[in-house]
Amino acid sequence: MDFITFIQLLDSTVRSATPLLLACLAGLFSERAGIFDIGLEGKMLAAAFFSAAIAALTGSALMGLGAGILAALSLSLIHGVASINFRGNQLISGVAINFLASGMTVLVAQHLFSQGGRTPTLEGNARFEPITLPFADALADVPYLGPIYSELISGHAILVYVAMLTVPLTWWVLYRTRFGLRLRAVGEAPEAVDTAGVSVVRMRFAAVLICGVLCGIAGAYLAMGLQASFTKEMTANRGYIALAALIFAKWRPWYALGACLLFGFLFAIETRFQNIDIAGFILPVQFVQALPYILTVVVLAGFVGKAIPPRAGGQPYVKER
Amino acid sequence: MTLMQKFLGAAATLALTAGVASADPALIYDLGGKFDKSFNEAAFNGAERFAKDTGGAYKDIEMQSEAQREQALRRFAEAGYNPVVTTGFSFSTPIANIAADYPDTKFVTVDGFVDPAAHPNVLSVLFSEHEGSYLVGMMAGMASKTGTVSFVGGMDIPLIRKFACGYAQGVKAVNPDATVISNMTGTTPSAWNDPVKGSELTLAQISQGSDVVYAAAGGTGLGVLQTAADKGILSIGVDSNQNYLHSGSVLTSMLKRVDVAVYDAMSAGADMETGVKVLGLAQEGVGYALDEHNASLVSEDMKAAVDAAREKIIAGELMVHDYMSDDTCPALTF
Repeated sequence: MDFITFIQLLDSTVRSATPLLLACLAGLFSERAGIFDIGLEGKMLAAAFFSAAIAALTGSALMGLGAGILAALSLSLIHGVASINFRGNQLISGVAINFLASGMTVLVAQHLFSQGGRTPTLEGNARFEPITLPFADALADVPYLGPIYSELISGHAILVYVAMLTVPLTWWVLYRTRFGLRLRAVGEAPEAVDTAGVSVVRMRFAAVLICGVLCGIAGAYLAMGLQASFTKEMTANRGYIALAALIFAKWRPWYALGACLLFGFLFAIETRFQNIDIAGFILPVQFVQALPYILTVVVLAGFVGKAIPPRAGGQPYVKER
Repeated sequence: MTLMQKFLGAAATLALTAGVASADPALIYDLGGKFDKSFNEAAFNGAERFAKDTGGAYKDIEMQSEAQREQALRRFAEAGYNPVVTTGFSFSTPIANIAADYPDTKFVTVDGFVDPAAHPNVLSVLFSEHEGSYLVGMMAGMASKTGTVSFVGGMDIPLIRKFACGYAQGVKAVNPDATVISNMTGTTPSAWNDPVKGSELTLAQISQGSDVVYAAAGGTGLGVLQTAADKGILSIGVDSNQNYLHSGSVLTSMLKRVDVAVYDAMSAGADMETGVKVLGLAQEGVGYALDEHNASLVSEDMKAAVDAAREKIIAGELMVHDYMSDDTCPALTF
């Protein structure tokens, strides 16, 4: 494998990892506050649809992004009300959101555009076009560093850079602010937070809403950055892979970046090579496709350190009387 | 007045019962969905044409999961619909399971194969996709400037390999030194609906030098065509005529006349002949699309060469290897 091929692989890695990373961080906020969320998939799907639909109607990518975030936020609110206020089962509420998004998107799309659950193809300003960073073209011929800068770092949609910046931001919020401390505490020992006079309900809602915003960006990137329209079920299980990445990352932001880049790299390998020949032994592409799941199971089984979820995760908080 | 109403009412009841007695056809779409702009949509177009031409009605349903197949078949058969037409190879097993329970109902599987000796009330409609793919492969080979062309398949099944294999043979026929890159999207049904991955596969193929990409991947193919248009390379659509999706970027579409198969089955109604029907170039069951959207891309030479090959295949002078006959491909390794 030559250097350029490797850079192209990494470039593909970044594109594949971005929606995963955003969804993974979304799940991280929610689960760190004690709300399990398997509705990431549905939220991304709803966001992908509403962003593409509004962008198609208004011709503005930013309006689309806003609509996508709003759509994911409203699903988050449903999840929040069901699992925080009504103390419902968080897994069931998440599954319901996935079903709701899957059916609703196609229904509304068919009603609005009559293209069989698709949205019209977006053009020009209605898409997030790849942006070329300054000097990218000028530096392209510099050996090694040139391709790294012009191929790998430059030439992505703005949302990719947003996703990358979200990682340090998440770390800072979680570990360096009072809000983050309380958010983590709500997921570990909500009774302690309550004793300290902080509203558990409010903290959990804040986390669930942040989760919605990030899922919204992820969905918008799928529909307007990677593609130019919404198609039925276009998230193709990325929400679940993001959950696997979250477990793999042991619910930590920097690890999440690593996990998503690793999974993205596996996708890139899988798309670039059909069967991999390692010293005469043919590695079938299906094995590479299965690797993210195998790795997650290995981590869950405790072979590589232990993945311990937040202690109060999945349990509705009931005040002691 | 009351008498009139009674008459009208009786006539309406009669019409309704008559409708059931003469049996409307039913159509079941596979997981790709009714409006995939491709395979299932072709079936829908055929059914719509039937409804328009004959003034008849039909019922249809989209599959949402594997588990619904048998249920949908039984429900239509029990409600008296005849024939029950299905699209997609996955229906062959459910049909074989239930066909004996409804001996008076005719079933049609487009793309699937059910043993006609065991189930005399089933029609299996098969297409010679390798022949059509051969023709578009020739066009790809002639249109390519880099000498590298590529293929994106949906789910990795023998049928899709049949497309890829015919395509590769066509490419090699006009340019023996050409490189054909082939990628499959996945191994589960979600591979038919993952345009994002389709795009990523296309980008990877472009970086390996491909300048014509053929997508046989249902909804995933829409991502392939989009990326090809964005990056300024040519693409080839499949099943339905997809030339209009990106005018001036789609070189041609490999037509698979699912609409004709559905139209014929529905028109024949309950008297339909069963057995196995293979639609190839000779029956115009497969072919390539030429319209105003790709007129500027297809040169006279290209058209002449492809039409000559078509004649030869029909005459039996040129044999295109069918991957499904022996699970090997002389022009491509998977």
